[in-house]
Amino acid sequence: MGNAGPVDILHDISLDIAAGSSLGLIGPSGSGKSSLLMLMGGLETASAGRITALGQDITALDEDALARFRRGNMGVVFQSFHLIPTMTALENVATPLELAGHKDAFERAEAELEAVGLGQRAGHYPAQLSGGEQQRVALARASAPRPRILLADEPTGNLDEATGKAIMDLLFGLQDRHGATLIMVTHAPELAARCDRVIRLRDGRIEPEALKGAAE
Amino acid sequence: MSLALATRFARRELRGGLLGFRVFLACLALGVAAIAAVGTVQSAIQEGLQREGASILGGDAEAEFTYRFAREDERAYLESISNQLSETVDFRSMAVVVRGATPERALTQIRAVDSAYPLIGSVTLDPPMALPEALAGTATHPGAVMERVLADRLALTPGDIFRLGAQEFVFSATLERYPDNASAGFGLGPRTIVLTADLADSGLIAEGTLFSTQYRLDLPAGADLDQISQQAKDRFKENGLRWRDSRRGAGGTETFIERLGSFLVLIGLSGLAVGGVGVSAAVRAYLAGKTGTIATLKTLGATRGTIFLTYFLQIGALTLLGIALGVVLGGGIPLLLAPLIEESLPLPADILLYPAPLIEAALYGLLAALIFTLWPLARTEEIRAAALFRESVTAGHGLPAPRYLIMTLGLVIMLLGAAVLFSGNLRLTLWTAGGIAGALVILALAARAASWLARRTTRLARGRPALRLALGAIGANRGETTSVTLSLGLGLAVLSAVGQIDGNLRTAFSEELPEVAPSYFFIDIQPNQIDGFRSRLASDPQVSSFDAAPMLRGIITRINYRPAAEVAQGHWVVRGDRGVTYSAAIPDGTTITEGTWWPEDYTGPPQISFSDEEAREIGLQLGDTVTVNILGRDITGTVTSFREVNFENAGIGFVLSMNPAALAGAPHSWISTVYSEPEAEAAILRDLAGAYPNITAIRIRDAIDQALDLVGDISTATRYGALATLVTGFLVLIGAAAAGDRARTFEAAVLKTLGAARGRILWSFTLRAALLGAAAGTVALVAGVLGGWSVITFVMEGDYILIWSSALWIIFGGILASLLAGLAFALRVLNVRPARILRAQE
Repeated sequence: MGNAGPVDILHDISLDIAAGSSLGLIGPSGSGKSSLLMLMGGLETASAGRITALGQDITALDEDALARFRRGNMGVVFQSFHLIPTMTALENVATPLELAGHKDAFERAEAELEAVGLGQRAGHYPAQLSGGEQQRVALARASAPRPRILLADEPTGNLDEATGKAIMDLLFGLQDRHGATLIMVTHAPELAARCDRVIRLRDGRIEPEALKGAAE
Repeated sequence: MSLALATRFARRELRGGLLGFRVFLACLALGVAAIAAVGTVQSAIQEGLQREGASILGGDAEAEFTYRFAREDERAYLESISNQLSETVDFRSMAVVVRGATPERALTQIRAVDSAYPLIGSVTLDPPMALPEALAGTATHPGAVMERVLADRLALTPGDIFRLGAQEFVFSATLERYPDNASAGFGLGPRTIVLTADLADSGLIAEGTLFSTQYRLDLPAGADLDQISQQAKDRFKENGLRWRDSRRGAGGTETFIERLGSFLVLIGLSGLAVGGVGVSAAVRAYLAGKTGTIATLKTLGATRGTIFLTYFLQIGALTLLGIALGVVLGGGIPLLLAPLIEESLPLPADILLYPAPLIEAALYGLLAALIFTLWPLARTEEIRAAALFRESVTAGHGLPAPRYLIMTLGLVIMLLGAAVLFSGNLRLTLWTAGGIAGALVILALAARAASWLARRTTRLARGRPALRLALGAIGANRGETTSVTLSLGLGLAVLSAVGQIDGNLRTAFSEELPEVAPSYFFIDIQPNQIDGFRSRLASDPQVSSFDAAPMLRGIITRINYRPAAEVAQGHWVVRGDRGVTYSAAIPDGTTITEGTWWPEDYTGPPQISFSDEEAREIGLQLGDTVTVNILGRDITGTVTSFREVNFENAGIGFVLSMNPAALAGAPHSWISTVYSEPEAEAAILRDLAGAYPNITAIRIRDAIDQALDLVGDISTATRYGALATLVTGFLVLIGAAAAGDRARTFEAAVLKTLGAARGRILWSFTLRAALLGAAAGTVALVAGVLGGWSVITFVMEGDYILIWSSALWIIFGGILASLLAGLAFALRVLNVRPARILRAQE
């Protein structure tokens, strides 16, 4: 909500996503795809309606309950990586594990960094990493607690094509390995096509025709 | 470079408002205001002392002699140069009231006056009456007036009888105001005024007793004070005369006010230095937000000079605004509070707007602002047009161009020069400036060390995310760590040093000194009383020990027949009169370090035993001759031994001792120190004062309390100065916290996304602020302890002890200030929705 007053972004959205599947959200700028993703992650609250994740009505949760729910259940990857600049790569990855109370947070974080090919860069700060490396750290951080839902908001938007492809390989590899549900916002139809199902948003509504998979 | 163009650009930029400059303006205004206010009050006191100079002194000029009256020729000379002369005698004695079996006694500072007193000014009494009437007394008793505190202590009401020495007086009225009360200096008792003539039978003013006489002169109108002063000093060069005139009527008080004022202004400068950190940070933050504008201007063809001038003019205009605010506050607040300040000061003060201290404060403000903004401004030259395309090319962390370094150095020298000029004290200024610079360097290094340590200890905090986040932030944000340490550290360091010095002095005065110091110090014991005095004490089992020594006062006038002041280069031993004693045998507890003591029955030419340490300091050798003027008579003796004298335990210590025959016939009295159980003190005083009414007993505890009061006043004044620095530091912290708001908001948003609840994020922010505050407090404590230790060890030559209570307060203060500033912005940050923050950065 900005100073200009409330704006209606999403309307009449009704959507079920099967556990373990992947969903691509596409649409023009301002169509509401990132807003929808943020609502699903409990990072934004809806003015009306209900969102259920893993059997839990997350619209009924307050700020802190939402944070606790995300812990271990959800991993989020952003276009701008959003690593904490004052922490090393390893510490960034270990943070959600520590918050979830894992005693072996750092061992698991190390393994996770190894898995994205950054075992050698564990002690580096974000400013010392390239964009692709930062996004790999972000991926490791999102997947480290083995979340059952992975949310990705244009994860390759700030990367060149080759790096972007490598990141997507990693993202789908992680989803496969851990059997998580992946919901990804992207501008690129070819990336969306890698998902089990793709829906398009326009002016805050889901377009009726299914691009891929079954629209419900 | 076009000034007109730069001015136009600057004006356009400033249309954006002053929002980003609140901390800048506050820091500058506060620093300038503190200095201006101290200067205004100091000027007001000096003006008051000047105006009241003659009445504070009690005359246009004063000649003072110690332990004697003016001789006839001296008095004749003083009368020849004045319209009128007034003679007063000043000494300590005991006022005694007999009610029932136990007489009550209280120490009093007596001013015995003649009928001409007061030459200038007037005496106010309660009940209202003229002084001559009050001193006339009754048919049976001469009259006396005394200060209320003394009358209350002795429960005297007008008409009651009390005794001074052997003379009874009737108490006529309480002394509300009298003209020459600020010139008395460090007096040990409340004042009593009587007529000198009435003391004739009191046994109090005899040759050899401890008193001083003042001759106040009413000079002819238009008399040349300089010339008269020089003539008098030349004429009485070796007579022990002290000359003062109304230009410095308050003498020592005026010097003290000047010194304290200069010191407080210098403390104020440390506030300005801390404010400078905030000013510099504000300018850096402002210019960081202007990178795009500067790059665009460069793309459009603006030269480096035009860009520098554009921002220099903006910062310059804001600096002038900040200084103006400071001057208005610093000059205006004392004016507003004038009645309150004048009422609470023991000295006359004319609180008005004095241009000089305001100009001084403004100049300091201007120089400090230039010093602290020049480097950030110089960075504008390094921003390239390419910054519009790639952020990384704007970085520049090295030193600015050499011309800016030279300009900064020049400005620092100008600031120091101004401080020396205004304070008139090179040593004090350089020491203080060195102290501030040293503290800033230590604090900056400590901030780096704290960052390093935080990075190293992050590993240890694994599994405690809030602590790890806090340590990570301290380790990685060197800018914030430095800013907090510098801004809080300097004020806390000054407070810490004051706390340590004050605490050490207090401990020395109130705990250590009484353990080794005597209970009583008796003076004015006549030679025919000393045997009785001794036997009373010797027979008392509760008296652990006592010392008694004959005491004369003399001035060391020559060393090896050359002027002593010249040979000893103004050493304190040759300034004014010193106690001189004699003894046939080596006194108990005295150690001869060099030479030999005279035989007990020695009657040859005068021999001198000199205090070892002082002899070394003035370069005396065995065999040198020293001439001492005792009551106008020159006695020249040969130094035949050096001995150790301990002046620290409040016992009897004489720099100079002679063989008894050398001083035979010189009128003198004895002094004595008595060490006894506290419960025996009252009985000793009762017996001795009863038997020998002329002697004066000074309770050491009272003298210590008075010294403690003075220490307390000075440290309170210094603490206020340091608090102004701390408030400025707090403003800088608020500025730093506001600047870090964006980073904290982002951090909170990411942490929420990763599953951190608000409580945990708040806890992490709290830990970060507390750790930073504790670090700043600890460093300040170390700097303050070092300062305190140096002063106590090297200046006061005492044994330093760490004052824990002050130390813990400093660390606690650091934590509290940092927490308040750090958390002021945290609550809003916690309630921000992560999506908004994170998407805004996409």
